[in-house]
Amino acid sequence: MTEKFDAIVVGAGPAGNAAAYTLASAGLKVLQLERGETPGTKNVQGAILYSDALERIIPDFRNEAPLERHIIEQRMWVLDDDSAIGTSYRSEAFSSDRPNRYTILRAPFDRWFSEKVRAAGALVICETTVTELLQEGGRVVGVRTDREEGDIYADVVILADGVNSLLARKAGFHGELDPRNVALAVKEIHFLPEETLQGRFNIKGSEGVVIEIAGAVTHGMVGTAFLYTNRESITLGIGCLLSDFKKTRVPPYALLEELKQHPAIAPLIEGGEMKEYAAHLIPEGGYKAIPKLYGEGWMIVGDSAGLVNAAHREGSNLAMTSGRIAAETVIALHGKGLPCSQENLAVYRAALDESFVMKDLKKYRELPEVLHGNPHFFSVYPKLFNRAAHTMLTVDGEDKHSKEKTVRRSFVEQRSLLGLMGDAYRMWRATR
Amino acid sequence: MINIQEKLFQNRYRVDDGRPHIRIRNPEICTEDCQSQACTYACPAACYTLEGKAVTLTTDGCLECGTCRIICSEHQNVDWAYPRGGHGILFKFG
Repeated sequence: MTEKFDAIVVGAGPAGNAAAYTLASAGLKVLQLERGETPGTKNVQGAILYSDALERIIPDFRNEAPLERHIIEQRMWVLDDDSAIGTSYRSEAFSSDRPNRYTILRAPFDRWFSEKVRAAGALVICETTVTELLQEGGRVVGVRTDREEGDIYADVVILADGVNSLLARKAGFHGELDPRNVALAVKEIHFLPEETLQGRFNIKGSEGVVIEIAGAVTHGMVGTAFLYTNRESITLGIGCLLSDFKKTRVPPYALLEELKQHPAIAPLIEGGEMKEYAAHLIPEGGYKAIPKLYGEGWMIVGDSAGLVNAAHREGSNLAMTSGRIAAETVIALHGKGLPCSQENLAVYRAALDESFVMKDLKKYRELPEVLHGNPHFFSVYPKLFNRAAHTMLTVDGEDKHSKEKTVRRSFVEQRSLLGLMGDAYRMWRATR
Repeated sequence: MINIQEKLFQNRYRVDDGRPHIRIRNPEICTEDCQSQACTYACPAACYTLEGKAVTLTTDGCLECGTCRIICSEHQNVDWAYPRGGHGILFKFG
């Protein structure tokens, strides 16, 4: 293949598809390479789709995209060994004609998104692994693939190859991920009849519920679990930092089994048929761990750039937005006949800085460090909150003043007054 | 004891016979130098098993997450690449 492309996009996840679609729609000659049999077969996510990010790329996606349920209720649970305390927010307003969030299954969703990319005019080649970037005089000029005579050239290469980001690492653009900055999540999908699912979660039609979970199920590790309702299935998963898995020596699938057996969870998935088990890494280093995002003839987007807002469990929207902005940068340069040099691609970083992507990551820049230094947020507090609720809700002849005193004492014994104040301050500082 | 094989049995794979995409660079490092042998409990597909003190790797059930490569940060003894195009795990739902 000796022809040259305006742009090569590596990977067909949310970031890559957003980039390829935007570029092709503007009439650029785009090649997208994907190592899976079809787009989606290598991709794993919870998965929640955030409408806004996709709407800015494909405004009428709701008419055709394979969506599971629109989310009308979010529950947050903090678990102890055999109890759960929580909050929830549910609103009819989330059932508008333009719902804000949906559950999706990534395999069918990515396949659909990729069909849109093809229809927009990009050449999409699957079952092709890119093995390295081709460089000439310090400039990326194309990619080498695992196909015969597999060198392909382009004015710019957009790296959307996912969290492992092997290509940028191999090229020396950034180093290996730190186990403290990456979470390993495992999950299963359990199929249930639609009516059973609607009954269990108090929903009708295509309404959906998500439950975000913290506490005893992570064995004190920095991490959370989740349960998402799909049309006829439930996705249930749990993820913790790799550095913590290394310390506790608890296998990830053991955590998942415990989660499934927790008395607050087990009845929700009972009778379901498990049809897939998946694992995936999530870059959670945040703002301070973001690598260099562009250089001579290359840009990096989505998970491969570490663009994940772990505090809010958002990633795919940051991926789509960064992919779109990277593409818009290339389109503008192409229109002016300017090269995709490092200097010219700086516009990409500047535009990201102006968007919610970098603003949100910046807001939580201290959070990873605070969580590392304060493991009691994931071990001590879940227990204290659950026991406090238990004390206050048990009617046993003891007066309420005495009960409050018992609760207060339990907090002070575990953390001391100064400790409690320090924790509140640290949490404020990490999220302000 | 959780039977991880039962979980992996639900998954779809196209194994690239005889061409494992991950290799242990120097097995002696695992046996002699590595204290944690973290890959043997952190791998979500239990691809790494202990036989005595030796670590054995079978990549057939690999979920291609990257955990083993990153968790081996002290010794960097995992030579990790993606499978050839079209091979390896093929997620039905993802």
